[in-house]
Order: sequence, then C-alpha cells, then structure tokens
Amino acid sequence: MSSRDLRGAAAIVGVAESDLGEVGQDRYAVELAAQAAGAALAEAGLTTRDVDGLFCAIAGRGMAPLDVGEYLGVRPRYTDGTMVGGSSFVSHLHHAALAIAAGACDVALIVYGSTARSDSGRGRLAMGPPELPSYEAAYRPRPPITGYALAAARHMHQYGTTRAHLAEVAVAARQWARLNPKAFARDPLTVEDVLAARVVSSPLSTLDCCLVTDGGGAVVVTSAARAADLPRPPVYLLGAGEAHWHRAISQMPDLTVTAATESSARAYAMAGLGPEDVDMVQLYDAFTINTILFLEDLGFCKKGEGGDFVSGGRIAPGGVLPVNTNGGGLSYCHPGMYGIFPLIEATRQIRGEAGERQQPGVSVAVAHGNGGQLSSQVTAILGGRDAL
Amino acid sequence: MTAPDREATATGPASHHETALTGSAPHREYLDRLAAGSVPFQTCDGCLTAVFPPRVICPACGATELRWSESSGLGAVYSTSVITPRDTDPYPVVLVDLDEGFRMMSTVVETPAADVPIGMRVRAHVDREGSSDPRVVFTAAEAAEGEEAS
Ligand SMILES: [Zn+2]
Repeated sequence: MSSRDLRGAAAIVGVAESDLGEVGQDRYAVELAAQAAGAALAEAGLTTRDVDGLFCAIAGRGMAPLDVGEYLGVRPRYTDGTMVGGSSFVSHLHHAALAIAAGACDVALIVYGSTARSDSGRGRLAMGPPELPSYEAAYRPRPPITGYALAAARHMHQYGTTRAHLAEVAVAARQWARLNPKAFARDPLTVEDVLAARVVSSPLSTLDCCLVTDGGGAVVVTSAARAADLPRPPVYLLGAGEAHWHRAISQMPDLTVTAATESSARAYAMAGLGPEDVDMVQLYDAFTINTILFLEDLGFCKKGEGGDFVSGGRIAPGGVLPVNTNGGGLSYCHPGMYGIFPLIEATRQIRGEAGERQQPGVSVAVAHGNGGQLSSQVTAILGGRDAL
Repeated sequence: MTAPDREATATGPASHHETALTGSAPHREYLDRLAAGSVPFQTCDGCLTAVFPPRVICPACGATELRWSESSGLGAVYSTSVITPRDTDPYPVVLVDLDEGFRMMSTVVETPAADVPIGMRVRAHVDREGSSDPRVVFTAAEAAEGEEAS
C-alpha cells in the first residue's frame, strides 16, 4: 500500500470534548477520557461495543490503553499507545487510518484525558523509573518554557522577529477564544498587555505561555465506506506525516527549523495538496513562538517571515488565514497534551458546526501536533467530501 | 540545517557491531573525567562526528566505537534565555556550540544574565561547588583566545 492509497481511506465520524477548565480534585484523567469517548461515539451513532481499535496516551500513565480499555469495557483487537507528547493524538489518527486500511480494526477510538490543573500542587504526580541521566537539569531550565524560549531567542536573533510579533499570536488566539463559549480565557487582550506581562524565561512572558487546564477529548475513526452510513458528514484523512529529530532541546540541530518541515511534506504528498489549498490551520500553540515556527515549516510563509505573517490580525478573526479558531492552547484549553483538540476543531469547522467562530466554506484544514520540546511533529490534512 | 546525515560509513555497524556493553559506562566515565577537570565528549571512530551527550552508539552513522576526547572548552553562545525566578537572582540558560562541533546546555557565570548575547565567545570551567555532580559552566572568553580558537 502506498501512502497515496491511504488518502481518503478513513474518516472521522465523531468528536467530543470532556468537561474542560477546572473539574475538581475528585475527578481523574481516565474519567474525562471516558466522558469524551461516550460523547464522541454517541455523535457517531456508535457505542463502546463497536470499538475494536483503541488509541490512547495519558501523561504519567504508562499503560493508558489498558486503563481506558478496562474503564470503557472496550476489548480492542488493535491497540496503540504511542506516546510522543502532545502530538500523540495526530499520530494516533495516522496509525488508526493505517490499521483500518489494513483490516486490523474497523472502529478506532482515539481518546485523551488530563486533570493537569486540578493536579497542580497536591502531589498526585508519581515518580517514574529513572530515565537517561539529564545533561540539562543542572542548569535549571524551566521545562518546557525554556526550550521554547531558546528557540524564540534564536529566531529573533536570526530573523529580526520581535516580542511584539510573538504578542500578535497571543492576541489572535484570544480574539478567537472570545467567539468560543468553551474557551477558558475570554477577557480582552492587547499586544501591550502581553508585552507588559512578567517575563518568565526570556523572551517569553506569562502571556506567551499556554494555559494549564483540565480536559479530555475523543475522536472516532472508521473506514470511508462505513462512514457513509453514519449520521454526521464524514471528515476524511487526506494526508498525514510524522517526524522527530530530537527530544532534549540542546539536541535540536537548528532551533529555528522544526521537523514539521518533514511531517508536512509527507502529509501534503499523501494528500496531493499544498499550503495554497488549505482553508485553515489548527496547530499546537504551547507557546507563541510555536505558531510562527509552524506556519513557516508548514509552508504558509518563508522561513523567518512568520513574525510579519501573524501580524496585523492576519491569523485572527477576519484575517487571511484562520489559525486556531477555537482559541488554541493559549486561550481555549491546554490540559498538558493539546494535540487532540486541533483534530476536534478542524472536524467541526469542516462540518460547519463551529457556531459563532464558523468560517465559511472550509473544505481543507490542517491539524498539526507538537510533542516534547519542538520534538515530535505530526501533520494531518483533513477534508470534507468535496475535497476527496 | 536539517536532520543529521544518516549515511553509514564503511566502518559502520555492519563490520564492527558489538553485542555486549563493554568498557566503562558512558555517564560514569563522563562524570569521572569531569571531576578530574576536563570537559569530556566523545568522537566517533567511524565518521569523526563529535558526540554529546555520551552514548554507546554514534547518532550520525551507527558505529559503536566512540573515543573519549577532551574539549578545548572554547565555544560560542548559540541561544540564551534569562530565567527570572520570583525569589532569587536571574540567571541565563544557554546553549553553547563548542569549537569541536558539539552543543551543550549550560550557564554563563561572572557576567550579568542580561549581558550574554547570542554569538558571545565563552570558555568552559568545571564547577565543583554544587552539592551534586560537577558541571560545566562558562565565562566570557577573552577576544584573543576566542579568535585563536576559531
Ligand atoms: Zn559516526
């Protein structure tokens, strides 16, 4: 099977979020995952009894698919616990399409939950076994922000990107969040506000950083043939690509060029599409620099021109390229690993179900996941029936 | 720059593959050499790539014969971020490109955190002051020694 054979072979038929924001100390990550799973399956006209492929990653849960499988009563014949940080769920979508095309499963459930906000400061985080020795910890970086700060500083040095450019990303995200009733941060925000915020790890301030919230999400995937018989308009996986080159930021070859250059090239090749065919972008904005780096590496502007590209409201409501129409990790929700939410928002926009923030005529959307510290990059290109 | 060159060399893993971990453990060897005052890194016998952090296999070509080397300690700041804790003084976290061709995270001492620009020439020192393992830190290098090394 060539990668082009995978184009349009599988479709998203149900998506849902769990409760978001702050769910309280008596709630658990697996509960949120299960809540989202139930809602996404209901939307798809399916139940847990139909699921035979389970795709899951939860921070701190080394056997998350077993936790979630038991909790839901799902007995999968195909399981994938790929854990590449926040990009895991876009990777799961790629793997689910491959598994469905190969006949290894028929109904794939991709699911995630986190109580990152409620967990903070109450010692729920267990110690794991020792990993490799760290060659960074002695210098007291603040993970993950310092990794992204080093990339931002280098981008500013090489290309003249400014803190005001970074602030434009936060402001655009907030303007979208103000149109999303589920968004966590909806107060007005200006470039001046971002520039005046406390700098945590230069050049990044508190308002250049994503939120810390609770939340879960689920995505149901099946074959294009079966999708045709289900209630919601199918959203097809047209292209997918993955790449990672490092884990520790000190091992990233060039801090201004991410592996999204490769993941997106693979996704575009499978889809037979290019950036000029894309109507909107949902990407993992853990920090403001992410949006600039990924828009460059996904081909929406040249390397080094991302700062100007995002300025003047060009990625905000009414701009030339809608980016993170839900408000993103910066303003909508960010429960530790954000990567399932770009899939959910892209699906809703393609179906035309995004309420006040709905964009007209969305045929093709990019959903891009980032994991680690600019490490794992996974790109998915989604489209409706007219894009097949 | 893109991903590391994956091309194998003639002395790659096919001809010299070790089946057991032999010799000293890389992290132990690193710490012992650091404690003795050098700035250690490895060099691949197969492709001559400078390798850091220490490993049992070359990430550029897959060869398993890595030789310990001693860095001149001279390099340049590749990127920097100043961390501003609420309770202590600001400090820089830097990535330094050593002249031998490897990169490490570190910090620059004896210079105000805000005065450590990208491109600054720096010289390594082994810091044994801390309560934990020794670590490599950097100070501003004299212009002359920086030029000499580059
Ligand atoms: Zn080598």
